[in-house]
Amino acid sequence: MTDLNRLTLSEARDRLRAKETTSVELTEACLSAIDAADALGAFVHKTPEIALERARAADERLAQGDAPAMCGLPIGIKDLFCTKGVDSQAASRILEGFKPEYESTVSQKLQDAGAVMLGKLNMDEFAMGSSNETSCYGNAVNPWRRGNDDTALTPGGSSGGSASAVAADLCLAATGTDTGGSIRQPAAFTGIVGIKPTYGRCSRWGIVAFASSLDQAGPMTKTVRDAAIMLETMCGHDAKDSTSADIPVPDFESMLTGDIKGKVIGIPREYRMDGMPEEIEMLWADGTAMLRDAGAEIRDITLPHTKYALPAYYVIAPAEASSNLARYDGVRYGHRAKLAQGDGITEMYEKTRAEGFGHEVQRRVMVGTYVLSAGFYDAYYNRARKVRTLIKRDFEQVFADGIDAILTPATPSAAFGLGEMNDADPVQMYLNDVFTVTVNLAGLPGISVPAGLDAKGLPLGLQLIGRPWEEGDLLNTAYALERAAGFVAKPDKWW
Amino acid sequence: MSIDLETAAKVAKLARIKVEEDALAALASEFNTILGFIEQLNEVDVDGIEPMTSVTPQRLKRREDVVTDGNMQDKILSNAPDAREGFFAVPKVVE
Repeated sequence: MTDLNRLTLSEARDRLRAKETTSVELTEACLSAIDAADALGAFVHKTPEIALERARAADERLAQGDAPAMCGLPIGIKDLFCTKGVDSQAASRILEGFKPEYESTVSQKLQDAGAVMLGKLNMDEFAMGSSNETSCYGNAVNPWRRGNDDTALTPGGSSGGSASAVAADLCLAATGTDTGGSIRQPAAFTGIVGIKPTYGRCSRWGIVAFASSLDQAGPMTKTVRDAAIMLETMCGHDAKDSTSADIPVPDFESMLTGDIKGKVIGIPREYRMDGMPEEIEMLWADGTAMLRDAGAEIRDITLPHTKYALPAYYVIAPAEASSNLARYDGVRYGHRAKLAQGDGITEMYEKTRAEGFGHEVQRRVMVGTYVLSAGFYDAYYNRARKVRTLIKRDFEQVFADGIDAILTPATPSAAFGLGEMNDADPVQMYLNDVFTVTVNLAGLPGISVPAGLDAKGLPLGLQLIGRPWEEGDLLNTAYALERAAGFVAKPDKWW
Repeated sequence: MSIDLETAAKVAKLARIKVEEDALAALASEFNTILGFIEQLNEVDVDGIEPMTSVTPQRLKRREDVVTDGNMQDKILSNAPDAREGFFAVPKVVE
């Protein structure tokens, strides 16, 4: 059988259970696809031995009839997740050579369920970026191109390697993390599904921290059904993360009925941005019509503080990052600068961090340091936290008024060319997250669903935002949207 | 608020990141762009609004105050750039 790597999680699971294929066969198909796809820069640490060992173990489990949904399914893991004995460096030079002695809770849960790790995936350094261009490994590349134009496009970021790998069928699915849009924006740029669950659903333990009050892990998959299957395995309470929610995890897949009759979908007027491409407008209108045709009630809503979400984010996230990244000091792990005669410990810190952190990370750490410094803490940091309260209140208000989910575009544009934003100021790049960042600030679940192609043949995504802890309901609405949109396009293989 | 070279140097020092003298001007200019963007927050009326401390209204879990982990010195030191005799080694701190 050929092209096993092109299967979805649910298809592969069903074939494994029907004994039509084996995990070793699936894994070998993915490993060959990975080896033939170095041009995509998606996998940055390949782990074929571990993969085959876990695949053989999964086949034994399957033979014994003890097979959780993820058992035997080959996936990629974002480099942000600590994986025991395997390089885990958050795409940063400062963690070069770091091999954790422990496994992150989320990747452990996947492993316990029998999932097969194929390797580690490219990303923006410390998850700071929207184009995968800040990685110490070099760019990840989008498998999609603008028609016959061979300009290399970004897969988005920060989970760019995950997005590229799933879209190019190098793995059946991948883990991502999302602090301001890092799952949903790359998913939209590559025509795949990505969900960021409610803050607290997935344990953050063992995931390299960027902004702890915003970071959440989630799956990046080929279909909504796959997202439901994989998310369920990733979720659950963990005593090692004090913000992890101790509430039951439902069977998300069983909630995918596709029936959304009577659901109320909000269309927020503040997400209609000046200068938004017409294609995005149309996609949004089409998506609205699809949900209406599926029996949902459409209601215009207002989220008045939307405009202030990005500025608030660019205070809160750098502030938390400056604190989280203080641990990279050249003492306990990773890179240490070579010191000159007479250099003391301060020079060691300063040189190590200057050599180890890339430009964007340095900039954000310093912005964070500034907004937390004496005299500015109230003006910037506390003000941003108050605005965050207001942003969350906007959502609480519309949910209290009976809205079940909110439909928005996932991104303000299709994937752009690698290097195209080099001359732009940092704020231009930040605008990529304009539709996604509100969801992190409010701690809500959000999912990006591929919904169409632009005139150049690039995928575009729509975002659905749900009520806290109601991922099951959100996934079902996304499932209805996915079915109506009927997005089946795949990138032409050029790599 | 505008960041001058002296402030940029001070921030770099506080962040423990070595920034060469000739890179400070560009850094200060980037800070000013970002802070200019952040200034929009001043338009919002935040009187009487509590700053958010936890996005999900939950009480942090408590547990017994007991040792739950430990006795793994070798694992803790295994990734150190310089470990000697069971310790992390760093340049001389005290003269």
